[in-house]
Amino acid sequence: MPLGQPVPGWAFRVRERYPGTYGALFVPPQLPGKKDLFIEADLMSPLDRIANVSILKQHEVDKLYKVENKPIVSTSDQLCFLVRPRIKNMKYVADIVNADKAMGRSRKYKIIFSPQKFYSCELVLEEEGIYGDVTCDEWAFYLLPLDDDLLSMELPEFFRDYFLEGDQRWISTIARALQLLNSLFGPFANTYGIGRCAKMVYEVWRELVEESEGDSHARRPEISHVFLMDRDVDYVTALCSQVVYEGLVDDTFRIKCGSVDFGPDVTSSDRSFKVLLNAQDKVFSEIRNEHFSNVFGFLSQKARNLQTQYDRRRGMDIKQMKNFVSQELKGLKQEHRLLSLHIGACESIMKKKTKQDFQELLKTEHSLLEGFDIRESTSYIEEHIDRQVSPSESLRLMCLLSVTENGLIPKDYRSLKTQYLQSYGPEHLLTFHNLKRIGLLTEQAPGETLTAVESKVSKLVTDRAAGKLTDAFNSLARKSNFRGISKKLGLIPRVDGEYNLKVPRDMAYVFSGAYIPLSCKIIEQVLERKGWLGLEEVVRLLNGNEFAPTEPVMEENPAWEAQRVILAVFLGGCTFSEISALRFLGKEKGYKFIFLTTAITSSARLMDAMLEAKV
Amino acid sequence: MGFIAGLGLAEGMALELTGKEERVIALRSLTSPLVCLLCCRKFELYSMAWNLKEDLRDCLVAAAPYGGPIALMKNNFRKEKSPGSRPLLEIYSASGVPLASVLWKSGQVVQLGWTASEDLLCIQEDGTVLIYNLFCEFKRHFSMGNEVLQNHVREAKVFHTEYGTGVAILTGAHRFSLTTNIDDLKLRRMPEVPGLQKLPSCWAVLSQDRVTIILLAVGQDLYLLDNTSCSVVTPPGISPHAGAYVQMAVSFNYCYLALFTDTGSIWMGTSSLKEKLGEFSCDFRTPPRQMVWCTRPRSKQRAVVAAWDRRLLVAGKSKECIQFILDEDSYLVPELDGVRIFSRTTHEFLHEIPEASEEIFKIASMAPGALLLEAQREYEKQSQKADEYLREIKDQNLLAEAVRQCIEAAGYEHEPETQKSLLRAASFGKCFLDKFPPESFVRTCRDLRVLNAIRDYQIGIPLTFAQYKQLTIEVLLDRLVLRRLYPLAIKICEYLRLSEFQGVSRILAHWACYKVQQKDKSDEEVAHAINQKLGDTPGISYSEIAARAYDCGRTELAIKVLEYEPRSGEQVPLLLKMKKSQLALNKAIESGDTDLVYTVVLHLKNELNRGTFFMTLQKQPVALSLYRQFCKHQELETLKDLYNQDDDHQELGNFHVHSSYSSEKRIEGRVAALQNAVDEYYKAKNEFAAKATEDQIKLLRMQRRLQDELDKPYVDYSLHDTVYGLILDGNHKRAEQLYRDFRIPDKRFWWLKIGALAEREDWEEMEKFSKSKKSPVGYLPFVEICMKHHNRHEAKKYAARVTPEQRVKAHILVRELDQAADAAIEHKNENEMNLVLSKCTAATDSSVVEKINRAKAQILKK
Repeated sequence: MPLGQPVPGWAFRVRERYPGTYGALFVPPQLPGKKDLFIEADLMSPLDRIANVSILKQHEVDKLYKVENKPIVSTSDQLCFLVRPRIKNMKYVADIVNADKAMGRSRKYKIIFSPQKFYSCELVLEEEGIYGDVTCDEWAFYLLPLDDDLLSMELPEFFRDYFLEGDQRWISTIARALQLLNSLFGPFANTYGIGRCAKMVYEVWRELVEESEGDSHARRPEISHVFLMDRDVDYVTALCSQVVYEGLVDDTFRIKCGSVDFGPDVTSSDRSFKVLLNAQDKVFSEIRNEHFSNVFGFLSQKARNLQTQYDRRRGMDIKQMKNFVSQELKGLKQEHRLLSLHIGACESIMKKKTKQDFQELLKTEHSLLEGFDIRESTSYIEEHIDRQVSPSESLRLMCLLSVTENGLIPKDYRSLKTQYLQSYGPEHLLTFHNLKRIGLLTEQAPGETLTAVESKVSKLVTDRAAGKLTDAFNSLARKSNFRGISKKLGLIPRVDGEYNLKVPRDMAYVFSGAYIPLSCKIIEQVLERKGWLGLEEVVRLLNGNEFAPTEPVMEENPAWEAQRVILAVFLGGCTFSEISALRFLGKEKGYKFIFLTTAITSSARLMDAMLEAKV
Repeated sequence: MGFIAGLGLAEGMALELTGKEERVIALRSLTSPLVCLLCCRKFELYSMAWNLKEDLRDCLVAAAPYGGPIALMKNNFRKEKSPGSRPLLEIYSASGVPLASVLWKSGQVVQLGWTASEDLLCIQEDGTVLIYNLFCEFKRHFSMGNEVLQNHVREAKVFHTEYGTGVAILTGAHRFSLTTNIDDLKLRRMPEVPGLQKLPSCWAVLSQDRVTIILLAVGQDLYLLDNTSCSVVTPPGISPHAGAYVQMAVSFNYCYLALFTDTGSIWMGTSSLKEKLGEFSCDFRTPPRQMVWCTRPRSKQRAVVAAWDRRLLVAGKSKECIQFILDEDSYLVPELDGVRIFSRTTHEFLHEIPEASEEIFKIASMAPGALLLEAQREYEKQSQKADEYLREIKDQNLLAEAVRQCIEAAGYEHEPETQKSLLRAASFGKCFLDKFPPESFVRTCRDLRVLNAIRDYQIGIPLTFAQYKQLTIEVLLDRLVLRRLYPLAIKICEYLRLSEFQGVSRILAHWACYKVQQKDKSDEEVAHAINQKLGDTPGISYSEIAARAYDCGRTELAIKVLEYEPRSGEQVPLLLKMKKSQLALNKAIESGDTDLVYTVVLHLKNELNRGTFFMTLQKQPVALSLYRQFCKHQELETLKDLYNQDDDHQELGNFHVHSSYSSEKRIEGRVAALQNAVDEYYKAKNEFAAKATEDQIKLLRMQRRLQDELDKPYVDYSLHDTVYGLILDGNHKRAEQLYRDFRIPDKRFWWLKIGALAEREDWEEMEKFSKSKKSPVGYLPFVEICMKHHNRHEAKKYAARVTPEQRVKAHILVRELDQAADAAIEHKNENEMNLVLSKCTAATDSSVVEKINRAKAQILKK
């Protein structure tokens, strides 16, 4: 392989190297005979990506149902449930079993937990009195390769569970996923990270490595650097509107498991199309990382090229025509189909986004990022709420204001909340409580550093275990020091003339040249400095919890240096904008970035996770 | 030193191997010379280190197979009981080195026996079986059942099958009871033998096809007892005049049976009683004190060894036998490949001579091995004969065979010198071979080294090569560990290069488990010593060691040792068992493994009362948050209690708000829940939340009233939506009232009202409203909303009223580009002009474009 070239199809090789994880194993054969399979909605898309109907048939799955909160109609004697280890799912199964019992009906039940079983689930089964009636199994499905360089654990609930509820049960799951990658591509040479969760994951993973040491062979590591980052290190980036194509598509249509449903307004027919968005899509792969303003021009150029290729068939003789039809036509048709879909999507996005409001929205965001015209922005947000533009958008803007300004001034804090409650209902009182706890929407309180809870806890802190807990509380009520960090790292590029979005000069292009994503900047800096040296002040402002290898492995081999592969791990999700930014950085510096995330996130998903809505 | 007694050798001739002293005299009756029918040899293993006061015959004796330990207890069973004198239970190694002794304080012991794992079974008269380890430490006991208790044990036998170690009992009521595995006790009472009035003269336990049965003899009758029935059997081919059976022996592998009758006849056959192997008549009528089989795996030869007080007889298939004189009381221990014979002074091994040894050591043997041995000896003497011998072997193309023979024979030899000379010969022979695979030679050298080490007098495990192979190295290591010979075991592991996990680690762990039982050392000392020695050797489980310490009642030590355990998952269960729940909780939290935390939390929930449980949780936020998660789904009331306990009014308020819309359905219930929330919020000093909730109560009541009066759903709408709904329905009065009551900001109200009016297409009302007072949102929103509802006509009205700054925008909205251009030109604002330009299309708006361009040009000029 030539030096400096990105490794093709990297993430898909997880599948090649670890076939046991996928497909065939997904319904363990311990429940022979015909059965009905109930799948939790969250697992439908991942399963869809790796298994197909014939595999299900091989496992004698008769009918397929979605786990929903309503009585089931299955007549099968065997029921199989493929679920996440959640208490509500256990209650769902318990209701079914108990209903069957009441009717004197006997069936076999099997629960398959993905990716692992939790003790609390068994406990609920026990409390519901059905522990003896069901058998349990695990489907150790940790990683879903969404793209050549993107691996997702598809655990969207991780964000709320960990950062809001302080629930650490997914830590070991993530550590195991890392260990899986380590065993496939490892050993990881240098591991850096920042964030409390990152640190815990790192420690648990180290233990796993030590336990399994001995069976790993000394190999040449394929991944030279690993960088772990907590989402709460950088909320700002995740809260911004996305303007690169892939991010926009996600914000507009919501990409699920690497595929998107384009509705009738995009397909300009009465049908919806499900489109896989990855590097295999030749059209998409060329525009995904582009700023939206370039996309349309690119697509029309592409359309013209396509037309010329079609036009070639005029003046062909029969033999050439035969060749054309058998060899090129199919590809052209495929490309044509994709092209028209993306053009449709663009039009749809333009319709929604390029109106005056969107420009104003971006303008407000940019002034929030830069810290100018705060009053004006606040009024803009207020109007946004008053006019009921969009509940999650309004909330997002409030959070962005709070995170960039280190909390809202008390007057705004109260009035914006009141406005919001009037617009969207009183249950959001709880939403605001959540946002406060997680530190996304807070009130400026100068002088006061410790909350009441914290001081109480710190009094009780006696042993070293509790030391970690104070950290936990610090992070729950963490202060954002965005302004200071932004200055230190130069996140707002100096504007001299128009920012050329066609030929971007830095990662800021993913936000129209207004802001370099903090998360990506940290990664860039640490890689450049081979550690945290010189970043002490930033680390302090980010509330610490950084780590680096005690002895960085020096790349003695310049060839190896040239094709550094870096695994960027986002705990709590990463956005497509961040991925685009790092892909850009990789191209600039000759790195190859691989992404591992608990889930793909976006501002809307972050807000949804905080919402306390009526069920 | 060894001595070979072989038929086929000249009478009285003994082959001297190394010139050492021979001390065993063989008496041989020889009928047909030159036919080798029975070859066996006896050599000394040890001269016993013990200093026995009693005769062996006065003792209960039990010796474990595979060179195992010997247990002795002075047998006062048959003698009169003297209450003052208690017997001494003593345990020795096979070389007679005392291992331990203990004064026997329990009941009358009938029989001693060893289990397969070298524990001592002491079977008492009352049917209780006490289990001791090698060091006379009591382990546990079990009973053979009530029937045995009532009728007493008259005789007992310990036997080994694939199920484990079994015990068979003959009671005073002439009934048999047995268990096949003392570790999984299932008592079986065997069926009655019809008409049995006295104790059988002899009996034995047989194992056939994995069924354990008992064979017993009463006079001239043989009975077979299986689980359900009792049947009379007759050995095939036994002479009718054989007489009454007085002694029987079953071979080590349960394949063969020997019966001794009171006419001095020994019948030998398969234990299935289907085949006769031979019969032998001897001169003795008295039953032998002991009779055992002397066999060897994969050998055709079988012999029975019978011992009387001063005489040992080895009888085979043929008519002749070998007899040895015994100087003193001896005890026979059947082994896999021979018989061990020990007395007060010596310990010997009697076995059939293996073929390879016989080939080599037979007098005047011309076997290739013998020649090779000779060649090597000559070579050492630097004699040319070496070459002759070698040539002779090579001529027959038998050198490889010779080497193989020497290697094999070396394995059978007990004396290191003999082993060495044979191995030297093999090594010598190998030099002349091209491709002799080295493995067998290397392996034999290694194994012999291990065997010689453990055969050492101090260690006293006289294993033969065959026994060693049968036992496996793992079991041998276990036995060394059992004898607490940790250094030797570790040396062996290192020498054999066993993996740490299998070898050294395991032994160190055992050592540590033993160490924690040493009560004379302080907890710190022991914990430190253990960590020093073990460090982080792979495969060491500190938790197992800690568990052992806890079993010995050393909780503090256990906790100290656990500190070294790197895996929290291993620490926590033991800590819970030791009732150190607090510590367990800390460890679980440290581990980051929430399953573990849950385990501890739920354990605590059951163990502690509610108050203490909550208090404990308060100190552990991680555990608390986990438990809350659980309660949120599973026990809502507990959740409330938790908040109450902690005076967490904010969370209590949230809890009530949540239940106001999730669990309460009636308005009254919801209002009550919200009222509770208000109270809690005030207590939490969260005035904002309290006020907001109060407003919600007000709104809810209002909505109910509206719903009743207007017969339309209003409940559960937000304030905004409620007002919007009212306006949409034309209830302007009520909308105004809500606007005032809830102090809705003017801006919001205007936005909301024009939105609703436009949706109603009530343009008249909108115009009225726009004139009611100066709009706080300006008039551009009017333009926008009219255009949104495609009413350009109305929109134009408001476009005229917007502020000058917004005029361009407004005109563009209503598509009056010309006016927009005018306004922009008036403002001299280039941006605005460009904005207008961007909306122009060449076809229709050329005049506008021209106008703007002109204006722009003018600005440029200036």
